[in-house]
Amino acid sequence: MDLSFGPAYEAFRAQLRAFIEQHGHEAPERVDLRAPRTLAWQQELIEHGYAGRTIPREYGGHGAPPDILEARIIAEEFARAQVSPGLAGQGIKMLIPTLLHFGSEAQRRQFIRPTLYGEMIWCQGYSEPNAGSDLASLRTHAVLEGDHWRVNGQKIWTSTAHLADWMFCLVRTEPDAPKHQGISFLLFPMSTPGIEVRPLTTMVGDASFNEVFFTDVRVPRDSMIGQRGDGWKVANTLLGFERGMLGDPNNTLMRFNALVELMKRETVDGTRLIDNPLLRERLMKIQGRMLALRANDLRLLSAGVNDTPARLAGLVVKLVGTELRHELEALAIDALGEIGALYRGSPLLRDDGMWQQHYMYFLGLIIGGGTAQIQKNIIAERGLGMPREPKLA
Amino acid sequence: MDFGLSEQQTLLADSVSRLLADHAPLTRTRRFAEQLEARAEDVWQAVTDIGLPGLVIDEAHGGSGLGMLEAALVAECLGRHVAPLPFVATAVLAPLAVQCAGSPAQRAEWLPRLASGALVAGAALAELCGAREDAGVRLEGGRLFGRALFVLDFEADVYLVASREARLFMVHADAAGLSRQALISIDRTRRLGELRFDGVAAELLPGSDDARHARTLIAHGRVLHAADTLGAAQAMLDMAVAYAGTREQFGRVIGSFQAVKHLCAEMAAALEPCRALTWYAAHALSALPAEAELYACHAKAHLAEVGSFIARTATEVHGGMGFTDLLGLHYWFKRIGLNRQLLGSAERAREEAAQLQGLC
Ligand SMILES: Cc1cc2nc3c(=O)[nH]c(=O)nc-3n(C[C@H](O)[C@H](O)[C@H](O)COP(=O)(O)OP(=O)(O)OC[C@H]3O[C@@H](n4cnc5c(N)ncnc54)[C@H](O)[C@@H]3O)c2cc1C
Repeated sequence: MDLSFGPAYEAFRAQLRAFIEQHGHEAPERVDLRAPRTLAWQQELIEHGYAGRTIPREYGGHGAPPDILEARIIAEEFARAQVSPGLAGQGIKMLIPTLLHFGSEAQRRQFIRPTLYGEMIWCQGYSEPNAGSDLASLRTHAVLEGDHWRVNGQKIWTSTAHLADWMFCLVRTEPDAPKHQGISFLLFPMSTPGIEVRPLTTMVGDASFNEVFFTDVRVPRDSMIGQRGDGWKVANTLLGFERGMLGDPNNTLMRFNALVELMKRETVDGTRLIDNPLLRERLMKIQGRMLALRANDLRLLSAGVNDTPARLAGLVVKLVGTELRHELEALAIDALGEIGALYRGSPLLRDDGMWQQHYMYFLGLIIGGGTAQIQKNIIAERGLGMPREPKLA
Repeated sequence: MDFGLSEQQTLLADSVSRLLADHAPLTRTRRFAEQLEARAEDVWQAVTDIGLPGLVIDEAHGGSGLGMLEAALVAECLGRHVAPLPFVATAVLAPLAVQCAGSPAQRAEWLPRLASGALVAGAALAELCGAREDAGVRLEGGRLFGRALFVLDFEADVYLVASREARLFMVHADAAGLSRQALISIDRTRRLGELRFDGVAAELLPGSDDARHARTLIAHGRVLHAADTLGAAQAMLDMAVAYAGTREQFGRVIGSFQAVKHLCAEMAAALEPCRALTWYAAHALSALPAEAELYACHAKAHLAEVGSFIARTATEVHGGMGFTDLLGLHYWFKRIGLNRQLLGSAERAREEAAQLQGLC
């Protein structure tokens, strides 16, 4: 057991801290995707190698060799300083790694740089009204007509489709193939004629996702990642990147600390919330679970560095992490009593309603990227080797 | 950066596991439990042969000088095999107390005999985690009076005893004025008891004038109980998955029903992070003093919750078989049940965690 990162990494950390101290004030306070301040900050981070660090230079990145510990230090230090670590949308977190894995040289050159610099915003066209957990049953289809695909169908729950320039999209191209083998992975601009985006309002109160309709949308033939019919493989690789982002215990730690502060600050009948033994007990229960997840995260980090297996430890993170986070926010709401039920626009609201917003948002994250039940299927089947769900023909 | 087990640590856990599978199969444990044998001498001899009693004792005193992570790995093995052995008090708490708070003469006197397994030690510390029935031990005129309950590794040759002021003493089992009474717990794979002191001669461990020693020992005991629960819970989960893979109902193995799979997935999802938590807490006891007590409280409390959940759920997955004595699944259930209560309940451990952070 050796939890130190070693002198070279500590030097890297010190250098990064100095950077954040000198330049942190240039970071945007909230992420507004198109704001010049956001884009300038992203560019500065890329130049210094704190964003796009391992993306090859020819695609606009910093070109450093992949290093799990450096990546961890970058994440930790920006979180500690509460400074934006740059853009983290679906394009950057999911599509770029997928392009590096499956994309052609031309596709990498075309898409990675503008995506990394925040000039090309992406949305993920996977889910459909009748294909959510059972994603492979999707019906949006593309028919090859000369040098173009003609796309028809509908997507749903498409986050940021109203802001996006491009979509990466799963379509059925081989109608006669078994359902997992008939899917392809297409990229196209949202400005293509025949695409209609209709906002869907979430329970949080924002229209952060959408329905997207395709009517005879023409997409050039070579806008595909991987081969025709390989879309499921590409999509699954990408889902791995997505689930890796969800349930991060380091963010939970920051929220936990904020919750402790809230409970010290707030009083009911003149007694601080932290002095209520029942609430304190719940707080400590959450801390115990959180520390277990943090230790689990160290184990995963170490497994990554040393290339040792930690299979089950990785499979449980999305399920346990998102549920824990939802319960953490729920404790704040319970502790706040009536004030916990107020929302945006109300006087008396605490912390701008962030507790209420996160409480609802994390319910969304328990569902999105694979529901809790689907995660349990994965844990049972891949982690514990239990029999697979019987598949209907 | 290396958060994980070294090759030697994995080897240690594997060899202890194999040894227990050979020398302490469930049939052996059953005999120990049903006949209320004081000690399973044959099993004790087997673990003594590989040096388990001296695990954390300095090499200079005949031990292996290993750390708490190794001790926790052994505790996990013991829980996994519901082994009928003294370990927490005998192999860890008493040796560490003497090693850290004893005089050089005391170390020379006690440690080699503890390391060789010639002496089995019990530990009377429960009153520091909440005294029941007015129990408590006091020092008067150089002799001990009073009562200690829930003594760990009760069938011992010597006891580590904490007084009310958290000073630590070594007391011979055959000392004049000491009387002993076994307490029968749900978990008959380990021995628990009560000591009564009526003017008993005792050796003070001089370093324990600093009350931190006793507190640290409690932390060690908590992590070991957490580790024991980890092993027992893992065994129960493994048995549930295996059983679900063979038992058929409605023409299918029950493990192909999603309701059963999800119970197993929930157990795995709860338990897997506990492994890392236990490793971290044990490592902290040896290497990260600032965090050690907090992690010990949380490891104890969190494993108590997850352990209870798995004890119940794994039993349910076995249906009626789980409730019978036939499979012996209940030995693991009860092992987890006793660990939950010892050295402070989950609620108490969490309250202490809050105190440590100045939250109450
Ligand atoms: C905040 C948020 C953002 C999202 N962003 C995007 C996005 O950008 N792009 C995109 O493509 N999609 C997005 N999604 C969609 C998301 O991936 C789906 O909502 C999710 O996969 C579940 O599908 P569904 O909503 O159709 O639910 P359903 O599949 O209809 O599930 C309904 C219920 O049935 C259960 N269920 C279904 N199948 C099984 C089974 N086999 N076993 C047990 N239980 C089952 C589920 O667990 C759930 O409880 C987003 C969702 C949310 C909540």
